[in-house]
Formats: sequence, C-alpha cells, structure tokens
Amino acid sequence: MSWQKHDYDRIPGTYVFDGKTAHSAYGLNKLLFSFNHASNREAFEKDRAAYADKYGVTQAQKAALIADDFLGLLRLGANIYYLAKMAVPRGFSVQDAGAAFQDISTEEFKAKLQEKGAGLIERLEKEGGYWNG
Amino acid sequence: MARIVGGVTTSHIPAIGNAMWDKKEQTPYWKRFFDGYEPVKAWLAEKDPDIAIVVYNDHGLNFFLDKVPTFALGCADHYHNADEGWGLNTLRSFEGDAEFSWHLAESLIGQEFDLTTCQEMLVDHGFVVPMALMWRHLPEWPVKGIPLAVNTVQHPLPSAKRCLALGHALRKAIESYPEDKKVVIFGTGGMSHQLQGERAGIIDVDYDMRCMESVIHRPDWLANQTTSEIIEKAGTEGVEIIMWLVMRGALQDKVNLVHKHYHVPISNTGAGVLVLEDPA
Repeated sequence: MSWQKHDYDRIPGTYVFDGKTAHSAYGLNKLLFSFNHASNREAFEKDRAAYADKYGVTQAQKAALIADDFLGLLRLGANIYYLAKMAVPRGFSVQDAGAAFQDISTEEFKAKLQEKGAGLIERLEKEGGYWNG
Repeated sequence: MARIVGGVTTSHIPAIGNAMWDKKEQTPYWKRFFDGYEPVKAWLAEKDPDIAIVVYNDHGLNFFLDKVPTFALGCADHYHNADEGWGLNTLRSFEGDAEFSWHLAESLIGQEFDLTTCQEMLVDHGFVVPMALMWRHLPEWPVKGIPLAVNTVQHPLPSAKRCLALGHALRKAIESYPEDKKVVIFGTGGMSHQLQGERAGIIDVDYDMRCMESVIHRPDWLANQTTSEIIEKAGTEGVEIIMWLVMRGALQDKVNLVHKHYHVPISNTGAGVLVLEDPA
C-alpha cells in the first residue's frame, strides 16, 4: 500500500482532508455526520462511549470524542466541517475550536482575528475602487 | 434565449446566517460588512433575474463521504434546507427549474464536464446564506435557484483551472437555452480562512486583494495556481475561492466592475464581494 505525497503535506499546522484521512477515519466522520439529526446528538450526550462503539471508531478516537479533544480528533482524521457538527451545537464556536488548536484563550484568538482588520480602510483607499459606505 | 445578467461573489459562512437571523446587521461588528451588500441588492432589483445559479460546496448535509461528486448539479423542482448540526435555523425552501437544470446537464456533459445530476438535494449554508444575503427582505424568493456544488471538502479537489473552464462551458450551456431567461451566477465561499489545526485563524489580506483583482481583470492568475499553493496562502477552507472562478468563467474575458467590497474579519474570514457584468 502506498499513499501519494502532496505539496500541501509540508504546510505546518494544517491537516488537509484527503483520501488517506477520509479512508482511515471513515467511521469517525460517519459518527460526526450523524449529528445532522438532533436525536443522534442527544443519544451521544447520554452515553458517548456506547455511541462511539456503534460506529466502530478506534480507541484513540473514542477517548478524544469523550474528552472533547478537538485537536486530537482532527489529528485522528475528523473533517473540520463534520467536527463542527459536534462542537457548535454544544456551545463551542469556531473561535473556541481555533483557540483550542493553538492552546490560547478564545479572547486571545478573537483579538488576533480582529488585528487583521487594522488599517483596513486606509488600505482599501490606497488600493482604490472599493466601496466604503 | 437565456442570457447572463452578471455574476456576484460572496462569502457563505454560517456566522453570517446567524447574524441575519438574530438581526445583528446594524451592530458595530457587522454593519460595514452588511451595508456593503446594499448596492448588490439594488443591482439585483434592477436586473430582476429569473434564475440564480449558486456555485457552492456542500459541508456534509446532502453529501456524506460515502459519495463525493466533484461537480454536482441540482436538477429538481424544489430544494430544501435542513438541520446540518451547526445550530443554524432552517430557511424556507427554494423553487428550482428542472427543465433548465436538465438543459445545463445535457449541455455541460456534452461539453465533457461529466457532472453528477441530483433529483433530491438538500442545500446547506453554502447555498442558503448567499440567497438570504440577497433576498431575505422579500416575502418569497424572487428567483428559481439552481445548486451547483463543487467538492472543496475532500481532496483531491478540482483544480482552479478546471473551475474556470467549467464557467466557460456554463456560459455556452446557459446561452443555448431556448427560453428567454435572465440568469445571475453566484460564486460563493472564501476568502482566506483556516478553521483547523494550529494554523487556524490565518487571514491574508494581501492575497485576498490579489484574488479580487485577479477575478476582475485576470482570472488566469488565480486559475494557474495549484490547490496546494492556494491552501498555503488562503488556508484549507479559503480554497473555496476556486468557486468564484466558475462564475467568472461564465462571463466575458473583459468585464465591467459594478461593485467591489471587502471586509475583515468576519468570524474567521476575509469577506469579498464583487458584482461583475459583461460589457454592454
């Protein structure tokens, strides 16, 4: 068995969801996909371990599911859009998840995002042609 | 004959959906972002399109990883939104135009774009957020919606170049429809953002601006980039920008810029809006 290498493999802190991951984490993502239904989200909350066993996930994936370990789940093959189906309804925003990935507080993570908008209006004026009210 | 009235680019992130639902448009965080859509809404009202083709990616509502079509076209009379597990409110359903869709399918497959046809297709935030951005102020959706889904979730993705070429073919498909229909195309998603991993939170304003200029004036610049190159700059989710090229490919080589709007940050993303028209 030989998995193809890709240019994106060398981008740090980045988990590109490709065939290799999709194949190895199929059960985990199928579990996360089931959260499109509220009844499944509730069943998971009632007994996470039993729910995980139904989908045949690995022991490591099961432990990460029980512990809300988002970075762990990502490393174990969760697709970010599917992971959101677990995180968002339970009160974790994408900023909370981003902060968890970087091991900083959500406020720090949000502040870093906000900094990206510094000097925006001046920048757009210099560039020219942008709407500004 | 059907004709294209123009193309629009827009973000489609769920945070925008929630802001609209919670009526936060005029709060300080959101005001500048939403106000920049007013000229788009006025342009749409003036052009009065019959059909909106929405180029978007499904995020795991209609398609699971058991079957991932590279390009998928809605060919139904109706499309429904549903719970996608993200806490978004479910929006009212959309009317489609099956005859028009099947014409597109015949033409595109005839031009060797072997896409997947869908007679049942749930539409997620990628489709509904742009529709709501444009027309939530009206009691009914004023257009028939045609979902055109591009796989940007599970790699390998179609290349940026392929997306541009799909746009070229889409133009031929639209213009060969015998009925008089006015068609607008929405290229959705982007701009730079990465939700996942230790690199989460990247936004590259310089790259976003170069992408905006490229889509207006020189789409080849973006179209010639590899998926890895785009991810490196725009992030794993920012790669959605390739869907703008489907819209752009459906317009002429030279276009008129009607409106250009950029705001950052919106949630984790840079948000770019373009309205483009073919020259008169």
